[in-house]
Amino acid sequence: MTRQVRRRYLALKLECDRSVQQYAIADSILSALLRLFGEVGASQAALRLIHYDGKVGYAVVRCSHTALPMVKAAIASITRIGDQPAAVHVLRVSGTLKALSKKVAGSFLSV
Amino acid sequence: MKFCDLHLYVSSGDLENAERMLAKSSELGYARVAVPLPPNVKEEVVHTLRQISQRSDIDLVTRVDLAPKSPSVLLSDLGRLRRRFEVVSVLCGSKPVAGQAAKDRRVDLLCFSSVSPRRRFFGLAEAELASGSSAALEVDVAQILSTSGSERVGLLAALRKEVAIANSHDVPLVISSGASNPLLLRKPHDCASLGLLFGVDSSLALKALSETPAQIVDRNRVKQSRGYVSPGVRIVREGGKDD
Repeated sequence: MTRQVRRRYLALKLECDRSVQQYAIADSILSALLRLFGEVGASQAALRLIHYDGKVGYAVVRCSHTALPMVKAAIASITRIGDQPAAVHVLRVSGTLKALSKKVAGSFLSV
Repeated sequence: MKFCDLHLYVSSGDLENAERMLAKSSELGYARVAVPLPPNVKEEVVHTLRQISQRSDIDLVTRVDLAPKSPSVLLSDLGRLRRRFEVVSVLCGSKPVAGQAAKDRRVDLLCFSSVSPRRRFFGLAEAELASGSSAALEVDVAQILSTSGSERVGLLAALRKEVAIANSHDVPLVISSGASNPLLLRKPHDCASLGLLFGVDSSLALKALSETPAQIVDRNRVKQSRGYVSPGVRIVREGGKDD
């Protein structure tokens, strides 16, 4: 039996003047990953947007645990989301969604 | 771990902006922030900035950015300004200036503002000189964030080379934000993550954001304190006229 893929969940805080669409945040993270590490790096990351709350600007993304340093660097390098200036901060990283919701105080996750 | 940002652009004329930037730094987890000030800054301005930073629970550090055109100008600037600022950084715009800045013990930070690898002058000779003095190599995160495409490729390649040379010669590394607006500020751990792009591992990056800058500031504060004579020698008590 093959071993289950180990994943990491990242809680993110978006800083932007206006609220952004869910696809825009997913797109900006993937674009940053592609710019910095190319298509091979992006494919290794197995990136997926799990949750996004546009009102408060919180998001959760999932990635492969081996690609975590690359994903964190890509997220830190984001300066625009869509057509507006933005910054994305990593709040916490965890191995499961349950643990992540416990770690992030006043959890915004409804899982 | 207390994090320091030794390069935060704050307009000393726009106090509202200064307050916003310092509050943001505090929110992101920085305990100490160095603000570049003009060489002729008035004491009242520094006092006002210190008051603002205290409200945000930030330890304000005064910094001056020197951009001399020749080594002789650098020497005269250092003689004039070293004692007035807690951190002195030199923007090395030429090879002779980089060499002089690297060997001078009064210089804390060596900066290279150009994104072009040909206009960055930190090589083996400068690292050798810097290892004998107290100068550290500064990397501004904002420089990486504000470039893109081939410009960023060149910058990252140059940074990777400089960091490798610095490590091989035990030249300390300092990672600063270099931010001029709140959206260019990153959390200390996010800045450390960016170290991956220029060959700095997480532990070294965290050291470059906390321990190394703190040592620079503490060392200079001791030197500027009353009673300091030389390393290991300080005036404990002054004798009276009758003694």
